[in-house]
Amino acid sequence: MNAIPRPDRRESPRLVLIVDDFEDNREMYAEYFRFAGWRVEEAGSGLEALDKAFTDPPDVIVMDLSLPGLDGWEATRRIKADARTRHVPVIAVTGHALAGHSRGAREAGCDAFVTKPCLPEHLLAEVERLVAGRGRAKTKIGRA
Amino acid sequence: MARVAAARHDAQPSPDDGTARKLALLELLAACTDPGVGADRALGWLAGETGVRRALCAVVETERGRLVAIAGHGIGPGDLQRFSVDLDDREHPAVAAMAAATPTVLVDVDGAHRRASLAPLGAGPWGAAPLGDGGANAGLLLFAPASPPALRAARWLARVFGPSLARLQTRRALAAAERRFRHERAQLYAVINAVPDPILYTDRDGRMILANARAEMLFASREDESEGRRRAVALNNMLFSAALSGSAFDDGEAFRHELPLVDPEEGSDLLFELLSTVIKEGPETDGVVSILRNVTDLRVATEELQENYQKLRLAEAEARAERDRLDLIIDSVADPILVTDPAGNLVMMNAPAQRLFAAPADATSEVLAHFRSNDAHFTSFISNLFLSGADLRHRGGISLVDPETGTSIPNEAISGKILSDHGEVVAVVTILHDRTEEVEKARLYEEIARASAELEQKVRDATTELARQNELLRRQHIELEQASALKTRFLANMSHEFRTPLNAILGYTSMLLQGVSGELPPGPRRGLVRVDANARHLLGLINDILDIARIEAGKMPVTLSEFKLDDVLAEIMTEVEPLIGRSQLDVTTELASGIPAVKSDRQKVKQIVLNLLTNALKFTPQGWVRIRTRYDAATNRVAVAVADSGIGVAPDDQARIFEDFRQADNSPTREYGGAGLGLSICRRLADMLDGQIALESAIGHGSTFTLVLPLRLRRR
Repeated sequence: MNAIPRPDRRESPRLVLIVDDFEDNREMYAEYFRFAGWRVEEAGSGLEALDKAFTDPPDVIVMDLSLPGLDGWEATRRIKADARTRHVPVIAVTGHALAGHSRGAREAGCDAFVTKPCLPEHLLAEVERLVAGRGRAKTKIGRA
Repeated sequence: MARVAAARHDAQPSPDDGTARKLALLELLAACTDPGVGADRALGWLAGETGVRRALCAVVETERGRLVAIAGHGIGPGDLQRFSVDLDDREHPAVAAMAAATPTVLVDVDGAHRRASLAPLGAGPWGAAPLGDGGANAGLLLFAPASPPALRAARWLARVFGPSLARLQTRRALAAAERRFRHERAQLYAVINAVPDPILYTDRDGRMILANARAEMLFASREDESEGRRRAVALNNMLFSAALSGSAFDDGEAFRHELPLVDPEEGSDLLFELLSTVIKEGPETDGVVSILRNVTDLRVATEELQENYQKLRLAEAEARAERDRLDLIIDSVADPILVTDPAGNLVMMNAPAQRLFAAPADATSEVLAHFRSNDAHFTSFISNLFLSGADLRHRGGISLVDPETGTSIPNEAISGKILSDHGEVVAVVTILHDRTEEVEKARLYEEIARASAELEQKVRDATTELARQNELLRRQHIELEQASALKTRFLANMSHEFRTPLNAILGYTSMLLQGVSGELPPGPRRGLVRVDANARHLLGLINDILDIARIEAGKMPVTLSEFKLDDVLAEIMTEVEPLIGRSQLDVTTELASGIPAVKSDRQKVKQIVLNLLTNALKFTPQGWVRIRTRYDAATNRVAVAVADSGIGVAPDDQARIFEDFRQADNSPTREYGGAGLGLSICRRLADMLDGQIALESAIGHGSTFTLVLPLRLRRR
């Protein structure tokens, strides 16, 4: 079990946008990110996610792919097509482990890909890594 | 009428002078070689001594049988030349006087022509003295007048001049005969030489006595001639002698012989016909006259003739055979053949044609009508050919009937014009072909075609039915595939649906245990640890189901890369470190050195070995677990063996534990957890990597699972 990362108080808190239609999961990740010292914005749909991302571009976006209406892939595609949010790393989260989901996510412009279940601390570690590398690292995180 | 006149005495010369003149005359006569000159002198002497006025000397010309003058005295040359007496005229006084022994006086001269012959001597009496040497008289001395002295002188003269004249005459005759003989001989030679055939006169042994030019060419050679020619001549002589000596001569009988000789000039072969006749020359000697006739050309011509004749015979025989063969062929052709002349009259027909067109003498009127019908149809058909003009052929149907039964016979006829060299039609040949069988065959063919069509329709129907059923099967297959895909998707979806709530369970448990909501008292904390462990076990089960679903759906891709087996094992050992720490087992690794880099799917190799190792840890309550690697260069395969000192697997269970949802103890109250999918997944993954998993085990003596893989997996 990993140790809890200590929140870095010296800088202004970084902003993460967590997109998931399943409230329990979204709020769990949000609580853990806040616990880790992040500012958190939440979105329960793709459209809401775009709205929030364009209004206040976050440092990183955690995107569940299976969203009702505008799905995660399309939302990512639009985020990556917009000048305001093009530079924001997107990490895709999906419960579908079948091949094809990760490929689709990368094609849509996702910078990393994790499969559920993904423990909050693992997601945080991946996000930290992604932000530190400014989107360079495109690593898939293994199972918990 | 003549009378011997008395000799004159008045001019008698002296005896001495007379003797001298006689001597002179004798001398002259002895030296004289020409009877004419001698006779002239003798007549001169007679006239001088006796007063004879006219005299002539005649000699016997044997060839003509006449007495002719050679000298005269007191007679003109014309008269002298005209004097000629036929010796056969025995009544002539001159001829009679020739037979007398002494000089006579010619008294009775009868006949005008006899008197005329003596006219040059003038008036008589005429004296005549035969001149000779005692045998047959060679001449006659005639003189006038016949005085006694003249008769005396004539007697002396006859005595001295007679023999000399006879001798001279004989010599002259001999010379003439020799001249004649020479001439005749020359003529004879010319004749013989002119004969183109070689003529030879030889003795019986073939030795040459006489030969003409042609014969000499073949049989005579000279020293200065060529060797070839001399040899040919020698050969010819030999052949000739052999031919002669090989023949039995019947005297006087000619014999014929073929004689092959060599042409000495050209060396070519010659063939002669030899005709030899024996002739008697004398009582002892006889010879053979041989005439050779060149038959070389004749022989060649004969041979050619023979050959041509032979050829002619052969050609004739061939022609006859050809004709016989043609007849045979035409007769043996089953189809009727008819030959007609340009006027349309039948000239020839073969046996099958006769059956249709030649009515027998005893035919009934009904049958005759049938024949007439056939004739009419045939004639009409033939006329088509003539009407068609330039066409050489005409083909068409002709309806005939069997003359016996009257049954209709469908026929096809082909007529062809036969043209002469000048393009005139000399004949028309027509061949009929009975189409009864063909018509029948065509009918049968129709039936077969109909039956075939029916059959085809049935086959088509059957094929359609088959296609329909195939389509049905295909659809069922698709439905089955869809059902299978549905099952896979259902499993995948279900695992997803499981994961979402599991994510929250695991996440919140983890957060609580981390103290996100503050430190927990030991009781609730113990409970949360249990929740966490069970949630993780559930996640393992869900992941296993997902793996099997992926493999069955063919959605588990093989990703090839090169890696070191040692590195993979190090990673695994790191991951299972917490498990090992809790287990109290002695876990060791024995890694073979020098194993080349493996080319395979790194993630799958790791998953298999990890599974084997966690199994070993799980089923070994105490003792040890050992991991060994091996490389077999001969088969180019690597092996990872995971051995333990655990509970082991019974022989009956060793195959079953690789099946889905199997553990050796399948009872609900089993001691060890797990869905029993691990080994099944391992086996399927090993299959995908062209590898195998082997098991050696005995109850209570531990197990050894060995993964064997090709060193380098080839992409399928």
